[in-house]
Amino acid sequence: MNRIVKKFAELKKKKKKAFIAFITAGYPSLAVTGKLVLEFEKKGVDLIELGVPFSDPLADGPVIQEASLYSLKKKTTLAKIIALVKDLRRVTDLPICLMSYYNPVFCMGEKQFVERASAAGVDGVIIPDLPFEEAEGFANYAGRKGLVNIYFLSPTSSPERIRTISRRARGFIYYVSLTGVTGGRKNLSSDLKNNLSRIKSATSVPVCAGFGISSASQLRQVQRMCDGGIVGSAIVSKIRENISRRDLVKRTGDFVERFNV
Amino acid sequence: MYHKKRLPDKKGHFGDFGGRFVPETLIYALDELEKEYLGAKKDKGFRRELSCYLEEYAGRPTPLYQASRLSKYLGIRKVYLKREDLLHTGAHKVNNTLGQVILARRMGKKRVIAETGAGQHGVATATVAALFGMQCDIYMGEEDIRRQELNVLRMKLLGARVIAVKSGTKTLKDAMTEALRDWVTNVRSTYYIIGTVAGPHPYPAMVRDFQSVIGIETKRQVLRKEKRLPDYLVACVGGGSNAMGLFHPFFKDERVKMIGVEAAGLGLSSGKHSASLVAGSAGVLHGCKSDVLEDRSGQINNAHSIAAGLDYPGVGPEHAYYKEIGRAFYTAVCDKEAMEAFRLLSRIEGIIPALESAHAIAYLMKPGRKINKKSIVVVCLSGRGDKDLHESYC
Repeated sequence: MNRIVKKFAELKKKKKKAFIAFITAGYPSLAVTGKLVLEFEKKGVDLIELGVPFSDPLADGPVIQEASLYSLKKKTTLAKIIALVKDLRRVTDLPICLMSYYNPVFCMGEKQFVERASAAGVDGVIIPDLPFEEAEGFANYAGRKGLVNIYFLSPTSSPERIRTISRRARGFIYYVSLTGVTGGRKNLSSDLKNNLSRIKSATSVPVCAGFGISSASQLRQVQRMCDGGIVGSAIVSKIRENISRRDLVKRTGDFVERFNV
Repeated sequence: MYHKKRLPDKKGHFGDFGGRFVPETLIYALDELEKEYLGAKKDKGFRRELSCYLEEYAGRPTPLYQASRLSKYLGIRKVYLKREDLLHTGAHKVNNTLGQVILARRMGKKRVIAETGAGQHGVATATVAALFGMQCDIYMGEEDIRRQELNVLRMKLLGARVIAVKSGTKTLKDAMTEALRDWVTNVRSTYYIIGTVAGPHPYPAMVRDFQSVIGIETKRQVLRKEKRLPDYLVACVGGGSNAMGLFHPFFKDERVKMIGVEAAGLGLSSGKHSASLVAGSAGVLHGCKSDVLEDRSGQINNAHSIAAGLDYPGVGPEHAYYKEIGRAFYTAVCDKEAMEAFRLLSRIEGIIPALESAHAIAYLMKPGRKINKKSIVVVCLSGRGDKDLHESYC
C-alpha cells in the first residue's frame, strides 16, 4: 500500500490529524536535507514534502524563492533529490512527496520521472503548476506505478471543479488556504473553515491545508478544520536563521517539535 | 491546407504546445477571462468600440510604406515596412492593451497589472489604464529600468506605479514571474494584461487575435498596391506578438513565406542570446508549453539581448507550433547586426526603428538571407527607436 494512504488510514484510526513539513531540498545541502528528514520523523512529522528547486517558482513567496536559488547554486537537481530519497528509504518509512514545478519533471520525461521516483521510494508528487486538465495522463501513469499525484484546490475553485477533483484525488487533497504565494501570514484566511467544510463534504479523500501557516496555534486551528496542515516557509526560515550553525539540524528539529505539542 | 480545425483547441493547445500550466487559484480567472473574451468576440458592440479606439485614439490603420532606398540598398525588388512605429505610444503593443482593457472593464475589474521588458507594453498598459481610469501597476526588472529610463518616466507620468523586480536576472522573465505572483494574490480584483502571445490559455490566442489587425491591414494594403500577396513576411520574435499579428492572417496563404527573427545576442554559441526557437527546447514557462531556454535539468536559463523587448527565454506557443509544422522559418541575428540595421534604417530612410524591430531589418542585410532578390517583402516595423538612443550610444 502507498505510504501516504497508509499513513492517513493510521491517523484516522488514532483520531489524529496530519502534520506535514515542507523543506527545500538541497538547502543548505542535500546531506543536511537527509538529516533533517530523519530528525523531523523523530519529532512527530507525519509526511515530508521535499521541494525541488526551480529557477522561476511563481507560486512561492520570498523565503522559498531564496532557498530555491541557494539550492540551485549548489547544483541540486531532480535526479539528485530522487537519489537522496533512495538513500533515505534504507532507514525510514516516512511518507515522502516531491514538490516540483512542472518543467524539471517534463525535462526528465514524465515516464522516466515516474519510474525513477517510484523505484526510489517516493510516495507522491505535488506539482503546483500542473492543474488537473494537464495532469490526467501523468496522474494515471503515476498511479499505476504506485505514485500518487496530489491535486490542489483553492479558495477560487468552482463547486464543479471541487466535485471533479474530489473524484480523481488520491492520497490527499492539497487545499491552498489563501489566494497568494507561500509564506507566513498573521491570520488565517477568514473563509477557510467554510471552504474546507465544503470540500470535506464532497470527498472521502483526506484534505490538508497549506500556505500561510506559520505557528503552532495556526496549525492546530487548521487541523481542527480538516485532516492535516502543511508548514513550509516557517521551517525554511528557521533553516536560514541557523544556516551557519553546526547544530542546524537539532535547532530546526526543536522548532518543528513545537508545532506538534 | 495546413489544417481545417481552428487552433488552439478547447484546452488551449497548438499541437503539442500551449495549454494552462498555472496554480489552481488562477484557473477560475482564466475560465472567466476565456468566457468573457469569447463573448466579446461575437459582440458587435465590443468590436465597434475596439475599432473606434484603434482608429481614433491609436491611429490605425498604420501605413504600409514602400522603402525604396532600403530596397535598393538591400538589392531586393520591393521592401515594404508595416509602420507600427507610428502608432500611439510608439509600438504595436497598444493594439493588444486596448482590447484587453475593454475586456477588463466589462469584467468589472478596477485594477490592471502588466509585466514589461523594453517598457513598450508597460507604457501601452499605463496609457489605456489612464484612458479608462483604472489603477495600474507595472512590473519591470531592475536591469530594464536602467536600460529603458525614458519609458519608466512615461509610465509614471501616465499615473502607473512601476514596481522594480530585483529577483533573478532582473529582466522580463522575472517581471512576468512577479506579475503572476501578484495575480495569484489579487486575482479577484485584478486583471492581468499579458503583453505577448505567451502565458496560459486564453492569452496566446487572445493576444494573437488583437494583434492580427497588423496582418489583416497588411493584406488589404499590399493587395491594393501590388494586386497580389507578398512573397515574404519578416518580423522580430521575442515573445512573438508582432510577428504573430502579422503572420496569422496569412496562415492559409501557403505561398507567403514567413520569417521570424530572434535575438542571437552575443552569438548563439556564446550562450548569451534569446533564441528560444532556434536554440532552445520544449519546456514549460509562465503557464504554457513552448520552446524555452533551459538547462538539462529543466531550469530556465538567462536570456540576453541588446533589445530589452526580446530579452526573454521563452516564446509564444503558436510560434513553436509554426516551427514544428514548418509554416514559418525562424532564424536569429546578433546584437551587432541589429545595431547596424538600427543605424542603416535611420540613415537611409529617416526612420529610427526600435532595436527589437531592427532585428527584422538586420536579417535582410545578412549575406546568407533566404530571400529571393525578385521578391516583395513586408517587414513589421513593430516600434520606434526613441527609447533606444541611450542604449545605442553607450
